[in-house]
Amino acid sequence: MQLNCPLPELDFDIVTMGHGSGGLLTNKLLDEVILSLFSTESETERHDGAFLNLDGKTAFTTDSFVVSPLFFPGGNIGDLAVNGTVNDLAMCGAIPKYLSLSLIIEEGLPMAELWEVLLTIQDTCEQAGVKVVTGDTKVVERGKGDKLFINTAGIGRVHSQANIGISQVEAGDKIIVSGPLAAHGMAIMSVREGLEFETEIKSDTAPLHQPVKALLDEFGGGVHLLRDPTRGGVGTVLNEIARGANVGVNLRQADIPVDESVAGACELLGLDPLYVANEGIFIAIVADEINQDVVKLLKTNQGHTEAAVIGEVTNEHPRKVVLTSGIGGRRVVNMLAGEQLPRIC
Amino acid sequence: MKFLSEYRDPELATSYLEQIKKTVTRPWTIMEVCGGQTHSLVKNGLLGLLPEEITMVHGPGCPVCVTPLNLIDKAVYLAEEKGVILCSFGDMLRVPGSERSLLQAKARGADVRILYSPLEAVKLAKENPEREVVFFAVGFETTAPANALSVLHAQRAGLTNYSILASHVLVPPAMEAVLSDDENLIQGFLAAGHVCTIMGIDAYYPIAEKYQVPIVVTGFEPVDLLQGILMTVRQLESGTYELENQYKRVVRPEGNLAAQRAISEVFRIANREWRGIGTIPQSGYEVRDNLAAYDANLKFSVNITQVSECKECIAGQVLKGLKKPHQCSQFGKACTPSTPLGAPMVSSEGACAAYFHYQEA
Repeated sequence: MQLNCPLPELDFDIVTMGHGSGGLLTNKLLDEVILSLFSTESETERHDGAFLNLDGKTAFTTDSFVVSPLFFPGGNIGDLAVNGTVNDLAMCGAIPKYLSLSLIIEEGLPMAELWEVLLTIQDTCEQAGVKVVTGDTKVVERGKGDKLFINTAGIGRVHSQANIGISQVEAGDKIIVSGPLAAHGMAIMSVREGLEFETEIKSDTAPLHQPVKALLDEFGGGVHLLRDPTRGGVGTVLNEIARGANVGVNLRQADIPVDESVAGACELLGLDPLYVANEGIFIAIVADEINQDVVKLLKTNQGHTEAAVIGEVTNEHPRKVVLTSGIGGRRVVNMLAGEQLPRIC
Repeated sequence: MKFLSEYRDPELATSYLEQIKKTVTRPWTIMEVCGGQTHSLVKNGLLGLLPEEITMVHGPGCPVCVTPLNLIDKAVYLAEEKGVILCSFGDMLRVPGSERSLLQAKARGADVRILYSPLEAVKLAKENPEREVVFFAVGFETTAPANALSVLHAQRAGLTNYSILASHVLVPPAMEAVLSDDENLIQGFLAAGHVCTIMGIDAYYPIAEKYQVPIVVTGFEPVDLLQGILMTVRQLESGTYELENQYKRVVRPEGNLAAQRAISEVFRIANREWRGIGTIPQSGYEVRDNLAAYDANLKFSVNITQVSECKECIAGQVLKGLKKPHQCSQFGKACTPSTPLGAPMVSSEGACAAYFHYQEA
């Protein structure tokens, strides 16, 4: 994505404490930078909050973003801040509509970086069909933040055909993943640790409301549960589901899609792709009879060409996720005790 | 993935499994020495596929697990009290010391950093001339060359603010310690492939001969492990006790001579305490006297009192292969990867953690 909109001419090139003081500088930052991108006709009248007309069952969620570094292959914190909340709404079976946007900026952040993040947010909102309707900006002293933290909250209208919930999950259901695992986590790891791989690994950050809407339009109540495996990855989410629904989960390693470059990076660092973060895939737990149709729809209509059935829900071994390895052995996939740490040798 | 997928080939694995089943006629107990091999056995579900006659025992080859408690306390002390930049490989951070782990020390404000190479620590020392940088040099013969190189690089660069807290252990003396134990059950070994890549295989001939055990230098992928087990079982069934090399694509008989030179320039062999096992003579590396300025043990006066291990923990028996992790009364109860009572529950290569994470109950 190429963002060409230039930064407005400003008499400051970095964010200072003054920009958070509430005075003139704050107003300048709001008027000339932030509101220049997000203001819409109905919101030109500045107020303490937004007025919304909502009807029907509504989903509401919030998420905070503290990624370091701010910019990484495949995106920046702005993509995550929009897609993260949009995807949480989508996993509730909702069509995202409105976002709030709160920025906590560390003193000294170059205005050009802030501008690039904001342009990304604007662009990603357009792609996801959501509007930023309210927000906040705070500045903290140097050393008391990490360049930029973002919080977004989101509101969406729940799809009329959706009947999603942990209680819908039952033995026989199939587990579908919409795309290859672990790209986001490994993209971040590669820039954070200064590791260079032969092929650049890009974050998979993307909004997921469209494929979710398509699934619900087509299959309605046949979609039993949706989850986006962000922090903790697919392994953690499936454990949460197994425990929450008191069912067992069977996985087949041979069917789990992982890009070769990502798999190679995981090997090198001794990390298991099952526990690495994703930002642009989801897990769908669907009724057995529609599983092939779901995969077909994701592949052909939605461009999720690597969508695959990776396992099923079972009454055996309740609360446990069991994986059949590539060579046919079986093992438990457990919750991680803490963050995944690279191994010594 | 080239050079990996070939060794994870389901058909090849099945064919080795069938050959093992055809060859075995009675019970055998085999130890895989290295934690990486343990990890791969359980992660790939191999233990459940082997015929029941074969018992795999998980050896002491997890450097994180055998690092003495007081050394972890020392690292925590240096990070907290001496204000050093304490650098370490990742999985060392969660190992509990007597009061806290390095990860907990980091959360309390100590400057603890995860690195992938000790040479990065030398770079940190260059960039922070006003700070002391200590690398927690843990590992078997495999990590020793890079740790040795870091000292040589620091010396060449004239750095006076870099040192290593060395906790190096050696495989052959540990195998001898297992074999000479009165309760020893081990009848054959899969030797640690990567250790042999560095050191070569000569040290294992006398062990095979003296204790009359077959030793097969083995790799880490499922097909490697199954082939190594097959080679060991063939020897056991025919009553031979030779040294064989399954991992020929990586291990040369003489090892890596340049790496060996770096090791001997920086380290000398010394007695070493192994957590859970005790002191094994001539089983570790210490920094040589002429490089004492790079030895954090000597550079910083640290008075750490010896703390006794948790009484219920049977880590020592697990590391010697006398007990399986789940035979411990605390396994999965008081002792889990979040609340480890002993080190083998911490590292992903530790036998207890491997069982906890991967074994189907």
